[in-house]
Amino acid sequence: MPIKKFVVGNFYDEQVLFPAIKNVRKTGYKIHDVYTPFPIHGLDTAMGLRDTSLHTAGFIYGITGTATAFSFITWVFTSDWPMNIGGKPFFSLPAWIPIMFELTVLFAAVGMVLTFCYLCQLAPFVKKDHFNLRSTDDTFTMAIELNERSNEQEIVSYLQSVGAQDVSVQLKETGWWLGRYDKEQKLYNHQVEVAG
Amino acid sequence: MALLKYESQVRPPLVEGNKDYHQVTEDICRPVEAKPSGLWWIGFLISLALLGFGVISVGREVWFGTGQWNLNKTIGWGWDITNFVWWVGIGHAGTLISAILLLFRQGWRTGVNRAAEAMTIFAVMCAGQFPIFHMGRVWNAFFTLPYPNTRGPLWVNFNSPLLWDVFAISTYFTVSLLFWYSGLLPDLATLRDRAKLKWRKHFYGVAAFGWTGSTKHWQRHESLSLVLAGLSTPLVLSVHTIVSFDFATSVIPGWHTTIFPPYFVAGAIFSGFAMVQTLLLVTRKVLSLEEYITLEHIEVMNKVIVLTGSIVGIAYLTELFMAWYSNVKYEWFAFEQNRVNLASPYGWSYWLMMGCNVISPQIFWFRKMRRNILVTFFMSIIVNIGMWFERFVIIVTSLYRDYLPSSWSPYYTPTIWEVGFYMGTFGLFFTCYFLFSKFFPVIAIAEIKHILKKNGENYKEKMDVVEREGVEEFAHRHTH
Repeated sequence: MPIKKFVVGNFYDEQVLFPAIKNVRKTGYKIHDVYTPFPIHGLDTAMGLRDTSLHTAGFIYGITGTATAFSFITWVFTSDWPMNIGGKPFFSLPAWIPIMFELTVLFAAVGMVLTFCYLCQLAPFVKKDHFNLRSTDDTFTMAIELNERSNEQEIVSYLQSVGAQDVSVQLKETGWWLGRYDKEQKLYNHQVEVAG
Repeated sequence: MALLKYESQVRPPLVEGNKDYHQVTEDICRPVEAKPSGLWWIGFLISLALLGFGVISVGREVWFGTGQWNLNKTIGWGWDITNFVWWVGIGHAGTLISAILLLFRQGWRTGVNRAAEAMTIFAVMCAGQFPIFHMGRVWNAFFTLPYPNTRGPLWVNFNSPLLWDVFAISTYFTVSLLFWYSGLLPDLATLRDRAKLKWRKHFYGVAAFGWTGSTKHWQRHESLSLVLAGLSTPLVLSVHTIVSFDFATSVIPGWHTTIFPPYFVAGAIFSGFAMVQTLLLVTRKVLSLEEYITLEHIEVMNKVIVLTGSIVGIAYLTELFMAWYSNVKYEWFAFEQNRVNLASPYGWSYWLMMGCNVISPQIFWFRKMRRNILVTFFMSIIVNIGMWFERFVIIVTSLYRDYLPSSWSPYYTPTIWEVGFYMGTFGLFFTCYFLFSKFFPVIAIAEIKHILKKNGENYKEKMDVVEREGVEEFAHRHTH
């Protein structure tokens, strides 16, 4: 992933943040992301993000679990090793419901968490560039991506006018890499994509 | 906007004191970043000592076999399975708080859910030890898993409640762990970004998985939490239902009853909340988190305790009534002669159970008692003792006299190594809890911030002003 140039502004109040996002989008600037210390309901809609389909994935994983348990137990007890237990039927579905249920939950939970980690690039030793370390504490940090045509100074003063504080211009890597947080690491010597 | 945030003024704040977002971070991170206190070291070392005693006890059992325990020909399950059911039950409160109360949108859960979930995980870890070591040849424990083997392949019996248990407990542990850790990620990132020391930056950097707080990630995180809560809710009910099937699907008088699943689930939540109280009353004091785990929280949990305790009481009476009404003489014998009869060898344990679980929690009908910390702490211990005896009564009083009087067993008392095993799981539980409270935030920081403006004392008054203005504006617009 390339290193890009951003204008970064900080907000301390949701009531300032929401109109600011609306205005920035209306003006036509591209919001790279907003980083918040906790989930703010409605922020994704305000930013125009589409709804996540993670829950649909969870449903599919769950169904896979049910099917795995059902087909495996059926195969074991009706074809691979049928056991006569007091003359009861080999295909004894009611007794299999507990395990079918447990595997449904197990597959859905494990699958969803792995998908979540994959989509959000989360794993041990993953390192990313951060715009503001206070954005996991009390600050809502908005990053606006610059392109060849954007006017840096204009965006800075615009962000200030909608209520952002400590507005700065930052060069940041947008991808992730394997690294340690206690070390400064320069991974790429790429040219900056956007001429400043 | 303001009108949507309406929260009853009658309802007391969930976060007390003059807090803003930064102050919340400071308060909850302080115990993690400070040096552990002397009290912490004493507690930790005692736990480690207990764990050591447990390791020796289990070591003897592995080396010499289950003969180290006083189990005999009719009492095949004794302290070990009693402890297993007791620990699993304790775990259930954590999932109830984190999952069921999330679905019910109960704001107060945010103060206690992190610690309760941790308690769940440690309790399930302790519970798992008992059936595993009860197997005797513990090195063959993996035989309970259906893997392709060279013995046929010979599969496990999927129709057996004991195998359902293997699946239920391992799924429960996995899902609880995932739920807990995915909730921890943002808070670990907070600790990472505050870290000054090199090892902290590294440790929390690895542990936080590179969390940034991006809006898209939060959106997915919310979706994940909600679905995991939705999955955990039936899961937690299923786990103790399946544990109760271990007994209910058998034909032993005293076990063979259809009331067991709901009765076990209510009992599990009952004992779990008692353990949450025990842990949190100490935690809030030692880590000075009284403004986050308030008297409100304690009172609400006491209400849950009196409710579930009463459900358990009704279940005790129902099964007693059914034993008589069924007209099965063996069933009635198990209840009348082996339990209710105070003069019988184990009659005392039945009445101890009744006293601790049904009668004493009724004290919580009084608001003054629900809000009294000493009473709450004392009652939480009493309930835990009572719930241990519930499982002891179910297991031992049903087994010690079987159909043939000549094979009735002598009075069963545990050996020192059986007791040592139980003490060892306390060591494991508290060692884990002490480490957790030292290295992880015991309160979900992000979740507290999420409810802060609605439920924080600092904002409640201001919200009132905003709301009044909002209403006036609204009225103004509509009248003109």
